Amino acid sequence: MADLNRKPGLTFYLACSWLTLVLLCSLCAGFLPFPFTLDQIDSDHLAALPGGAHLLGTDAMGRDILTRLFFGSRISLIVGSCAPLLGLVVGLLLGMPAAWFRGWSERLVLTVTDIILAFPALIFLLVFTSVLGPSLTTITLGLGLLLSPRFIRVVRANTARLREREFVLAARISGAQEVSILLKEVLPNIMGPLLAYTLVVTGYVIVVEGGLAFLGLSVPSPAPSWGGMIATGRDVLEEAPHVAIIPMATMFLTVLAVNLLGDRLGRRYDRS
Amino acid sequence: MQLIWRKLLHLLVVLLAVSALTFVMTDRLPADIAAEISGRGATAADLAEVRERLGLNRPVLSRYASWLGGVCKGKLGNSLATELPVTESLRSHLPVTLELLLLSQFFALLLAFPAGIVTAWRAGSRLDRLTGTFAFACASLPNYALAMGLVLLFSLKLKLLPATGYTPLNISLAANLKGFLLPALAISLVEWVILMRVLRSDLIATLKEDYILLARCKGLPAWRILLVHALRPSLFTFITVLGMQAASLIGGAVIIESIFALPGIGRLLVNAIFAQDYPLIQGTVLLITLAYVLINFFVDICYGLLDPRVRRGVENG
Repeated sequence: MADLNRKPGLTFYLACSWLTLVLLCSLCAGFLPFPFTLDQIDSDHLAALPGGAHLLGTDAMGRDILTRLFFGSRISLIVGSCAPLLGLVVGLLLGMPAAWFRGWSERLVLTVTDIILAFPALIFLLVFTSVLGPSLTTITLGLGLLLSPRFIRVVRANTARLREREFVLAARISGAQEVSILLKEVLPNIMGPLLAYTLVVTGYVIVVEGGLAFLGLSVPSPAPSWGGMIATGRDVLEEAPHVAIIPMATMFLTVLAVNLLGDRLGRRYDRS
Repeated sequence: MQLIWRKLLHLLVVLLAVSALTFVMTDRLPADIAAEISGRGATAADLAEVRERLGLNRPVLSRYASWLGGVCKGKLGNSLATELPVTESLRSHLPVTLELLLLSQFFALLLAFPAGIVTAWRAGSRLDRLTGTFAFACASLPNYALAMGLVLLFSLKLKLLPATGYTPLNISLAANLKGFLLPALAISLVEWVILMRVLRSDLIATLKEDYILLARCKGLPAWRILLVHALRPSLFTFITVLGMQAASLIGGAVIIESIFALPGIGRLLVNAIFAQDYPLIQGTVLLITLAYVLINFFVDICYGLLDPRVRRGVENG
């Protein structure tokens, strides 16, 4: 298809610029001279509209939205990148051998992934966060573990597809060890589609972290996360819709950008 | 036939493992149901007495064994917090979840079906690209953000629909449907996207087949080729995704249920977990897992109905 070889268009560059901007914001959040700290309460300006001293207004407790948006981007980016990466690593470690050696190891791995997929994720996350204490590390670990079965399945499907290919046979005939075939021949060939999948999952994880904030399961207050900001905006939706809409728009643009990149990468590796 | 038995066995193993895992994990929850039941001024002796009465001081394994024994007799026990039978709670919460599930999947199908067919037929056209962009935007929206947006527009600004609340079906059908409209829309506006995408790409692949070319050469009208010849073999992934979505909505729509104050299975589970009400947690998880494995089982059977080759494979297998 002509579409595949086309040079990246305007939307691609826009998506990249937005993600770079968010990344810069999260990196610089600690150094920028904000007029307000992230949990400073300005009781004269409760749920103030954007403009004036507070560039993007304040939330229902009088906290500056812009400052919280900057610091909140850290949570979204850390959870959004580390949890899928953890899932990817577990997926590779278990999915590749399962697809390669088949037999009982494959059956075991598949049964365990089935059990985890059928297990209500909410219980897992609740127990996980309450035993280890709610923190950024706990959430990232918990989500990463929950994502692993999906990655195992994708890795397994992609690896199985290559098992009978000629270049694998050639490597085997030339006397390569099975492990070295997996690492040198198979891994580079499945990384493309896997990276595309990881990007799609990144968008999903950013959304899920926000959902957890609704149940009070995300990073503990006063640390801001975009999801937490949306959740607090729910109480003043009628009087001050901007409290929810500003973090919503930020999250939407970020997820959209990540999805656009994932889609582009995915189409490049699509076999059809 | 052998394949069906093997699948049923697998199903049983998953159910047992999930319920055992839930039991072990619930035991680690920090909430203390005994303290909650005895109230504020309870002494250590009171707490011990409550624990004794509820059987909480027995080891996890023995509690799991007696729970499992009860399940075999069709008994799920009583909730520790309310002392109502768990089956009663499930029965009152399940219809809400099912109605939400049916309505949201109905809306999602209503959007995905025509969009998938039209964009596959006219792949690459302006309409296709426009639909694709709209779908992309929808897929990047969290359903809770969408829910809040819908509430803001339809309830708070236009005052057309209620923002929260649930009216049972037997009291008023109209009020009941009004209450479900926004939550179902919030879910379906995100879910239709993936349905549309898989239908579109599978249909495009089917439309390249020789027998479709033959149908075109015979001069059959487009709607006939699409709906009669191409649709059925293109429904595999579509049905899988539909099943997966439906399975995840039972117990997985917690946030939407709590935004709209709908007493569904998801909220029942969250409240039970926060209270460490283990019979209620076990019962709810059993129901959710059962729904998950059964839906997957039926999806597998649907493959056979869609494609005779799969059916024959089952007989030979």
